[in-house]
Amino acid sequence: MLLDYGSGNLRSAQRALERVGASVTVTADFESALDADALVVPGVGAFAACMRGILEVRGDEIIDRRLKGGRPVLGICVGMQVLFSEGVEHGTAVTGLGYWPGVVEQLAAPILPHMGWDTLRAPVDSKIFAEVAGERFYFVHSYGVVSEDLTGHEKTGQPPTVTWGTHGADFVAAVENGPLVATQFHPEKSGDAGLALLRNWLHSW
Amino acid sequence: MSLAIRVIPCLDVDAGRVVKGVNFTGLRDAGDPAELATRYDTAGADELVFLDITASSGDRKTMLDVVRRTADCVFIPLTVGGGVRSPDDFDRLLRAGADKVSLNTAAITDRDLISEAAERFGSQCVVLSIDARRCPAGVSTESGFEVTTHGGRRSTGIDAIKWAVEGTKRGAGEILLNSMDADGTKSGFDLELIARVRGEVHVPLIASGGAGSLADFAPAVRAGADAVLAASVFHFGEFTVTEVKQALANSGFPVRATSR
Repeated sequence: MLLDYGSGNLRSAQRALERVGASVTVTADFESALDADALVVPGVGAFAACMRGILEVRGDEIIDRRLKGGRPVLGICVGMQVLFSEGVEHGTAVTGLGYWPGVVEQLAAPILPHMGWDTLRAPVDSKIFAEVAGERFYFVHSYGVVSEDLTGHEKTGQPPTVTWGTHGADFVAAVENGPLVATQFHPEKSGDAGLALLRNWLHSW
Repeated sequence: MSLAIRVIPCLDVDAGRVVKGVNFTGLRDAGDPAELATRYDTAGADELVFLDITASSGDRKTMLDVVRRTADCVFIPLTVGGGVRSPDDFDRLLRAGADKVSLNTAAITDRDLISEAAERFGSQCVVLSIDARRCPAGVSTESGFEVTTHGGRRSTGIDAIKWAVEGTKRGAGEILLNSMDADGTKSGFDLELIARVRGEVHVPLIASGGAGSLADFAPAVRAGADAVLAASVFHFGEFTVTEVKQALANSGFPVRATSR
């Protein structure tokens, strides 16, 4: 299920998931979001606007209850960023969902947004990057998490598997943490590599 | 630098049909943008641009259908431009499955449109398309380059470099820079224009206009382009996307490998 809280191009994410065998519903309905086998939280644009949209559909509660029951959630782009403690845009800090410590801040790079196909460094134990760790994925973002330490947070318990990318500085490109998985890039826009990653995710639970 | 230089084919679409002839073998329907988009995806295109050149507004709905059908089967970024005049036009295209929307003339007549769209949808989906040329006799700007409209036929007297800077300040997340002098000449990109814009703006820059041979692409990147766009050279099969990438790679630039 794709959480529809008014953010971005949901059609591509829906079609990409369908292409790799999922049956997809696009909705903001609380009960169906809780019941779905898996939940995808998309997100483009501003951190603050996405947080607002997620809270309006009680997305925080949906994600929390799903994770407590070990049920898969995938955050994409700003849908990943909101899973961290805080987002800072134009000097204003907004509280995130706080599953991982870390502040989402503007990347220090001469050209922003970081837009296009980039490489990343996936750890060997990554499930979602199986067979595609050497491929390029499509990024479009100006903000990211540059913190080194994402471990030891009370909400998620087990330490996450973190994949890094580099644009100006190193940033978090993907996180796999039990039922909670997130990518800074857009798998639904990353061609065959992205489809393979989504397939890996579908088969990881 | 690890970000790949993007190679982007552009399709002109009129009332839902691709205008310029496309010389691919085995196409079921050479005029269907969605089928061509699939072919370019398979051929290794990093992104696609659809330019709606439909004259009548009544036919614009056709474009939404084209975008929908394309987004259903192509999983690389799609930019759509042409005739976008309001944030609601943006909204319709994004909902149909476009990832980015390009603004051209409407941004000149209504400069707030850039900021409104950027605030509502995010800078990442706002592309400012600039049709620039060297000032002809009787027109003068500080940089010597001016913005044109109506496919280069109409002068605005606006400084093209300053316009690029203003556009990004207003929230454009990418510049699509078309050289009207180089366009159609096949004698290479306008490197001076690219370098001048690159020197002033800090968003990704797509260079367009003038590609005629494989050797033309690397100098455009060296001048500062993050992506290169071409239309007819791809459509008429003069060379392929893969060949352009190979040429860029041979010059030391990173490209996304074409796996198929």
